[in-house]
Amino acid sequence: MRYMLMLHADEAAGRSIEPEDMVRFMGQMYAYQQALEKAAAFVSSNALVSSSEASLVRVQGNEISVLDGPYADVREQFGGYFIIDVADTDEANKWAARCPAATWGTVEVRRIRDSSEYAG
Amino acid sequence: MTVSGSTVGRTAAERVARESYGRLVSYLSGRLGDLASAEDALATAFLTALEKWPVDGVPDNPDAWLLTIARRRKLDDWRKDKVKAKSADHLALIAEELSSAAKMDGDIADRRLALMFACAHPDIDVSARTPLILQTVLGLTAADIAARFFVSPRAMGQRLVRAKARIKDEKIPFLVPEKEELSHRLPPVLASIYAAYTSGWMDIDGAQALGQEAIWLASVVVSLLPQEPEPKGLLALMLYSEARRSSRRSPDGAFVPLDGQDVGLWDHKRLRLAEGLLREANANGPTGRYQIEAAIQSAHVARRLSGISNWHALVSLYDVLGRIAPSPVVTLNRSVALVRIGQAEAALGHIHALAADPRMADYLPYWTARAQICADLGRHVEAAEAFTVAIGLCWSEAERRHLEEQRSNVLC
Repeated sequence: MRYMLMLHADEAAGRSIEPEDMVRFMGQMYAYQQALEKAAAFVSSNALVSSSEASLVRVQGNEISVLDGPYADVREQFGGYFIIDVADTDEANKWAARCPAATWGTVEVRRIRDSSEYAG
Repeated sequence: MTVSGSTVGRTAAERVARESYGRLVSYLSGRLGDLASAEDALATAFLTALEKWPVDGVPDNPDAWLLTIARRRKLDDWRKDKVKAKSADHLALIAEELSSAAKMDGDIADRRLALMFACAHPDIDVSARTPLILQTVLGLTAADIAARFFVSPRAMGQRLVRAKARIKDEKIPFLVPEKEELSHRLPPVLASIYAAYTSGWMDIDGAQALGQEAIWLASVVVSLLPQEPEPKGLLALMLYSEARRSSRRSPDGAFVPLDGQDVGLWDHKRLRLAEGLLREANANGPTGRYQIEAAIQSAHVARRLSGISNWHALVSLYDVLGRIAPSPVVTLNRSVALVRIGQAEAALGHIHALAADPRMADYLPYWTARAQICADLGRHVEAAEAFTVAIGLCWSEAERRHLEEQRSNVLC
């Protein structure tokens, strides 16, 4: 089953990380991906740019509204994700616990709805 | 209540719930004769606890609190069941028994061991006995158990469901077996005690509680069956590990491997206790895997205390262990010992052969051993790659840091 591990972190705190620590964190994320690949659990991963570059689009009636970020006053922002393929939620949680991002932010684990679940 | 406050409350509630789980399910299933239904009732109780405790605080007697909720749930179920509703007197009696039992801590504690032996019943599938004990008595999750048995969580889940259905259909009794029967049922009981201990060993937060519980259960088994050597071997094995617990972390929380541990921090009283137990167990020659594994621990400890290397003895002990209880983990540990007697090439051969086993793909000790052996042989690139995978498999910051240091040493 496929799961999305959503990495939430404090962007302000992220910006003030010392370069050498940042190198170490990036190394950990690389190692994490290597481990996922060895276990044949890796599907894809991407990091997102800062939420200040985000925009929110809504259409109500004929009105299109575009709102530029930062869009919400929350401490942690969605900053990147891993999509993994594992047997069940327990295993997905286990991989989430191994994600280095879980030590500086929160990793939200969500199962990706399978196309078969739409049938019938 | 603030977010962090409720998180703290929830964590406390989860810990208490986890500690009580085995005791309560043992007690309830003993009364109800139905493991699955006891677990259902307890699940309701735990859900209620996780809602209430973070807000109201953990009650003084969490076991009694949980039993009360579980009892109400069972009563509701029975009331809904029209056939059983006729026997109202019987129901009231059971309800009374359950509530009086909630006040008797000692009784419940002993029942846990009784249930462990019940789960080892000859009518239950051999491959389900230990997992059943781990899940129902010791409260490990299906994922933890699956990882330990190198099967997928889904397969393990099915195995457990089938075993529980069989208990119910065949009406396998949850009674303490006769004394003569106890010895026959020992292997899965010992296996689950050891698995609970090693799970506690690796899982940093719950470590202390589960580890202590495993040691306590093993000592009860030793006193129950003093003539059996294997429970003594197992207890010795766990005491050797426990004696070194405080030296496994440096003051700043960093991981310290066996070779680098401060001998002065070891609990020498526990070590003496372990040595004594192992001698008693081996009085007529070692006969089982726990005695061999305890002997391996003894050799490690002796080497650190005396400074004299005995890696040859260790390789021989792993040879014996590999014959009586073969597993990829034994092959792995034997390879690490082979390196120490100058047979690194042979060790690397074994390690590479193990790579074909898909169960090794996310097994942290495999990647650490592989990295160290490659590093010893000067195969720096392969060592760095293996260290990288090992770092990716860690979930403890301390161990991650330790492995990162080792990797940078290889790259220098």
